[in-house]
Amino acid sequence: MSTTAVPNEPTTAPAPASAPAYSAAEVRREMRGQLLRSKTFILGVVIILFWVFCAIAPGFVANRDPAKQDPSKKWLRPFFNEGFWLGADRKGSDVFSRVIYGAREIMIIAPAATIIGTLIGIVLGLSMGYFRGALDDIISRIIEALMSLPVILVALLALTALSGSRLTIILVIGFLFGPIIARTVRASVISERNLDYVRAAELRGERSWYIMFAEILPNVFGPIVVEFTVRLGYAVFTMAGLAFIGLGTEPGSPDWGRTIFEERNSLYSDVWWTTLFPALALASLVVAINLVADAVQGLIDR
Amino acid sequence: MTTPALEFQDLHLAYVVRGQAREVLRGVSFAIEPGESYGLVGESGCGKSTAAYAAVRYLPRNAKILGGAVHLGGRDVMSLDTEELRTLRAKNASIVYQDPGQALNPTIKVGSQLIEAFTVTGMGKREAADRARAILDKVQIADPESVLGRYPHQLSGGMQQRVVIAMALACDPQLLILDEPTTGLDATVEAEVLDLVRNLRTEYGTSVLFISHNLGAIRSMCDRVGVLYAGKLVEEGPAQDVFDDPQHPYTVGLLRCLPRHGSRKGAQRLETIPGFLPLLGADLPTCVFVDRCPLADEVCRAEVPPWVTSAGRMVRCHHADRVSEIADADLPAGTPTPVDRTVAPILELTGVSKTFHQGGNDIKAVRDVSLSLYPGETLGLVGESGSGKTTLAHTILGIHEPDQTGTITFDGAPLGADTRKRPADQIRGIQIVFQNPDSALNRRHAVRRIIGRSLKRLAKVEPAQIESELLAITSAVRLTERHLDMRPSQLSGGLKQRVAIARAFAGKPRIVVCDEPTSALDVSVQAAILNLLSDLQRDSQTSYLFISHDLRVVRYLSDRIAVLYLGRIMELGPAERVFDGPHHPYTEALLSAAPSVDGDEQARIRLEGEIPSAVDQPSGCVFHTRCPRRLPGDRCSTVEPELTATPDGGVIRCHIPFDQLGGQPVTLRASAAAAAADHS
Repeated sequence: MSTTAVPNEPTTAPAPASAPAYSAAEVRREMRGQLLRSKTFILGVVIILFWVFCAIAPGFVANRDPAKQDPSKKWLRPFFNEGFWLGADRKGSDVFSRVIYGAREIMIIAPAATIIGTLIGIVLGLSMGYFRGALDDIISRIIEALMSLPVILVALLALTALSGSRLTIILVIGFLFGPIIARTVRASVISERNLDYVRAAELRGERSWYIMFAEILPNVFGPIVVEFTVRLGYAVFTMAGLAFIGLGTEPGSPDWGRTIFEERNSLYSDVWWTTLFPALALASLVVAINLVADAVQGLIDR
Repeated sequence: MTTPALEFQDLHLAYVVRGQAREVLRGVSFAIEPGESYGLVGESGCGKSTAAYAAVRYLPRNAKILGGAVHLGGRDVMSLDTEELRTLRAKNASIVYQDPGQALNPTIKVGSQLIEAFTVTGMGKREAADRARAILDKVQIADPESVLGRYPHQLSGGMQQRVVIAMALACDPQLLILDEPTTGLDATVEAEVLDLVRNLRTEYGTSVLFISHNLGAIRSMCDRVGVLYAGKLVEEGPAQDVFDDPQHPYTVGLLRCLPRHGSRKGAQRLETIPGFLPLLGADLPTCVFVDRCPLADEVCRAEVPPWVTSAGRMVRCHHADRVSEIADADLPAGTPTPVDRTVAPILELTGVSKTFHQGGNDIKAVRDVSLSLYPGETLGLVGESGSGKTTLAHTILGIHEPDQTGTITFDGAPLGADTRKRPADQIRGIQIVFQNPDSALNRRHAVRRIIGRSLKRLAKVEPAQIESELLAITSAVRLTERHLDMRPSQLSGGLKQRVAIARAFAGKPRIVVCDEPTSALDVSVQAAILNLLSDLQRDSQTSYLFISHDLRVVRYLSDRIAVLYLGRIMELGPAERVFDGPHHPYTEALLSAAPSVDGDEQARIRLEGEIPSAVDQPSGCVFHTRCPRRLPGDRCSTVEPELTATPDGGVIRCHIPFDQLGGQPVTLRASAAAAAADHS
């Protein structure tokens, strides 16, 4: 195409100066600033980072070997008693060290399961929202049926039928969360689908997968991030619940849910510290994740 | 001297963004006398709406008054407390917003909302209900009782806007603020709403602040007009004088951007205002317009221009006496090349229909349309919303599959019904430029990727050549290289539309469907886009299917025009003839509805009511229910007229013989009256 010089036309327009909006980098900086100004977000991140660190290098935090059992120290009362900071459990192991080591299991399983769930959710949600029609109807009904079943019950069935290994538990939680995430993704995709850029892509003969993943997906990333953080909190919960009924972890493992399960009978003997501290650890992690999720959601909803 | 209904005194207003005050209004002063109608014009971003909302202090939280005052009926609006402000908004001033669909609560019946507008002024329930009925009558709603019992979505856009106007008038306000009240409406409906406001104003004696980018509407509605630029009034005066004899270079520019009466692509380029509106809060030079002004010299850069006042007119310019020197640039456009109709048409439709099936009803959106499009030709599609313009375009694009009857051929070969099943040359051969570039461009992709993808997919450009092709096409649409790495959000509306045009042209299409490509843009930007489209057409011999509700724009760009009504072609012919007559009564009514900025008064023909439903179409000639020229007897209502050929190679669908159709409004009026008399 030839270009003819035309007078009176803004050929060399001062475009950046004219642009009413801010650049993508500016928007990102603004969002980052917004997050860093939020105290609850910072608190959440600090707590999560602490548990991540414990999961990676528990030896740097814990002062004793969590596996070491010393029957003479059974039910030692807490708070810096003979070097047992939070007391000892029924086998004479250090409660504090066990809580620190107990982070690892949950910090592997919960994020892994949530990532799998999110991937499933993205693929399902994109297909349902983009294709609509019979595919959408059928999958939607299946999801509704699945969601009417209690998560713990389905997981229990699946884990008893399959093995109780770590991989199984990741897959089971992932597959259970997938459909829930899919519904959120589907809703966002449906509103994007009506925009003209999708139509423009169709009119230049793009394949469906390209339209879904290259055109639509980047535009629904916000809701997906929010859904991911929210689901992560639930994954921690679900995982702890399963461990509490004795699934997915080895007996004697320092995992928090497992520990609460195994130590709960001590409560009858007025021994509260062996269950309270793992429970507090669990609560702190879930609350921290929710704090982060709230902050991210607030940012995206604006 | 009477107290003005609204008075702005040197108002400075800023929005605080990230701790920084960005000034939007920079010392705006004007006064509206009781009973006067005042218009504010300017490009978007000039501060028109901010001024309107400042009048009732209805401002976002980050707005900050830096100085000056606003007096409404003599009271200082900025010093009122919350309760006083509430009373003021309830009783003294009303706003009619742009989108009536959003101004009404969708979950509450129209009646309850309307009654509330009365009770808020302290009226009893029963009296309010009576008044509500009465006011619906005033805004010419035929069946008030049934409208009161309906929900907003059960009313058409025009009816909704009438209800909103009724609510605004409920308190018998001293000041009525209309913020782009007709922007989303069809020309025919717009004309009715404007008539209504004009009549009500004479009846109620209300002062009006009218904001619109439609200069024609402002001219026909307002006594005086103020031209706002970058938060400053640059010119003010009686509306007719300002439009007929503008004294500020900006006003001159705005008016010249419009395609003038009868101007055509090829013969004449449209003028544009070079450059861009300064950013909000930017430091302004002495004269706000200096960077875009053709008359600017050293004086303009050194001194703040004075308010030059003469005979009721004010202009803020050093060189107001020299505006006539702004060359009436007869911009070179070369010789117009007539469309060669001896070659085979690129697109040919024969008897194409499109029926949607919904809930057991057949919606006949397009009925038996036959037309052809020649290489390098622009075919304009006009008609009210609901006339089937967009459905027809979508059928050609393969978004909707046409009904089995009828055929579409592209370049001699049958065109696939569904885009996905079309061969590559048909896909690249027909592309589209959408109305709203915000929705049409993926906001997560950079311009490079948006255009590059089309080059790769449509033009099958090798990866190694993509970069050079990108540069070629961006310069063809007059974007520069640095735009390539920007996201759409960093571009202004006009630049975004250029990107969309570049994308459509990437595959060297034979046909481009332009679906209202300039309706979301300011007039100055619109002119540049229209120039670009006509340049691209001249260089590439691309054919356009051009849809627009702005008849002036259609006329500028189109070689031939098809007028659609209820999915049928009512008339198709050369642009000049369709506009100047003899033309179909429906075309005549459409043309008459659009307010003219030139102020040439024409006898107005108003269409009664709205376009009938496509499900339950009128018998005989589908237009007979609204036709001002319906023939005596029942021929029009029983026999559907055939499309008959006109001497200029077009077609027309009317029982009235071609040579008796025309553009003489007087005889038209008479014959319409005669027809009406005859009928009753």
